[in-house]
Amino acid sequence: MNKDYMITIENLTFRYGQDQAGAAAVDHVSLDFPRGSFTAILGRNGSGKSTLAKNLNGLLLPTEGVIYVDGYDTRDDDHVWDVRQRAGMVFQNPDNQLVSAIVEDDVAFGPENLGIDPKEIRQRVDKALESVNMGKFRKKPPHLLSGGQKQRIAIAGVVAMKPECIIFDEPTAMLDPKGRQEIMAIIKELHEEGITVLLITHFMEEAAEADRIVVMHDGKILLDGTPAEVFSHEETLKAASLDIPLAVELAGKLREKGIHVPAGIISKEEMVEFLCQYR
Amino acid sequence: MSIQVTNLTHIYEPGLPTESVALADVSFSIEDGQMVGIIGHTGSGKSTLLQHLNGLLKPTSGRIFIGDIDITSPEVSMVEIRKRIGLVFQYPEYQLFEETVAKDVAFGPKNLGLDEEEIQRRVESAIKLVGLSYEQVAEKSPFELSGGQKRRVAIAGVIAMEPEVLILDEPTAGLDPKAHKDVLKMIEEVHRATGNITILVSHNMADIAYLSDQVIVIDSGKLVTMGTPRQVFSQREKLEAVGLSAPPITQLTEELRSRGIVVSETILSVDTAAEEIAAWLKKNLEDKT
Repeated sequence: MNKDYMITIENLTFRYGQDQAGAAAVDHVSLDFPRGSFTAILGRNGSGKSTLAKNLNGLLLPTEGVIYVDGYDTRDDDHVWDVRQRAGMVFQNPDNQLVSAIVEDDVAFGPENLGIDPKEIRQRVDKALESVNMGKFRKKPPHLLSGGQKQRIAIAGVVAMKPECIIFDEPTAMLDPKGRQEIMAIIKELHEEGITVLLITHFMEEAAEADRIVVMHDGKILLDGTPAEVFSHEETLKAASLDIPLAVELAGKLREKGIHVPAGIISKEEMVEFLCQYR
Repeated sequence: MSIQVTNLTHIYEPGLPTESVALADVSFSIEDGQMVGIIGHTGSGKSTLLQHLNGLLKPTSGRIFIGDIDITSPEVSMVEIRKRIGLVFQYPEYQLFEETVAKDVAFGPKNLGLDEEEIQRRVESAIKLVGLSYEQVAEKSPFELSGGQKRRVAIAGVIAMEPEVLILDEPTAGLDPKAHKDVLKMIEEVHRATGNITILVSHNMADIAYLSDQVIVIDSGKLVTMGTPRQVFSQREKLEAVGLSAPPITQLTEELRSRGIVVSETILSVDTAAEEIAAWLKKNLEDKT
């Protein structure tokens, strides 16, 4: 097991319930996530990506294979809290993750369960709320906040646990465009601070922001590479019910019209810069 | 059949210290057969408006005519409103509950007190209309289906009521890209087949631009603007002020325009953008030589 890796997945297979003969939700997957990396995981509904994510912090345990989080085997009962403290999770619906009537109590919930000194908790909560720009909402009840704000509180709750890795499972699916932008900006900041980020998403534009994209299909890994590499496989992605970012789609249509657009243009900004050189 | 909304105002908890105005003097009309998109950020009053349109909420003041019936009038029965207006909630598949797809879709029509033969006709036609094969899915449990299929079944349950107005709240949220496209096509198909008014609420500006004849923008309980997608999405500053933005392709082409690349204003489709950019590039290169 290599210490440069935050998470190591060795030959993971996962089947739900008693369905030992049925299809595996995750089927013989091996992956490593280096410390400080930012990986997006794509896949259609039912491709196994959320099942994979829940295996990463011990919410589900492998049917076969092993997962190490910072060296701890997720199956090891004695270290389940070591695993969860290192690998935090943020889910799709913030309403399902908020537990307290006051924002700062909610953020303190995780650290309190870790048995941390109250003074230290106070500092962590303040810092976590600042990191998601929600400091001035500390005394508010969460139900009066917008979806994007609630999701930021949910993220602060995870940040206050001081995890080394955060797994985001479609964190923007229920948000409006502004809420989505806010959450993506926070995810990028957390990554820049050194946190290992895994982002599961259906939005190709969000995936394009990562350093690496892993595409899952029928419980297996279909593609694994940089966004530029992965988005060059348009046919494979479409066959897997996925899509390509807008700039990649536009580049393809321009190529059909005989215009040479280099590979690797995947963001709106890159497309604009490319076209502007012909002014 | 048309919809007339006049001076609609809704105040939550009037007279209490927590009083809040959710809708303030909203007026608009929708012509027969139109597809109308409603946009606004979370908390803008969109959901409150939808709930008035199908009679879940009664306004503090103002009126809503659906055809020649004022649904805000106390004399109009809820059954009458529900028969006319079908509302598909967000994540409607969470409301599936029956043992089989056919039974689930039949639930609404049964409650209307229709006879067996009519119920069967409606169930078959609704399942077909949402793009599923009756023979293949009718006897299946809804829970065996994929996410996109479940959502279609849930929508079929509303369509089987044969409403005169169909309202869809975030119909593509949480779907993967393929299921997303399929559900969009299905909405177009249902709209074309029924010829009824369809009202669509979505955070996805590209979907709104693609599907809508008219777009309504709501913010802080007020109607900010209403017009064709082109008219609405050309008002960049107004949209930004209420936390919204044009579809991504429009943003990209506007950025090109601001940098001196000559393409049309408010381009709403990727195909048009590609054509115009290619034409500009060719002309530009010819001019240079």
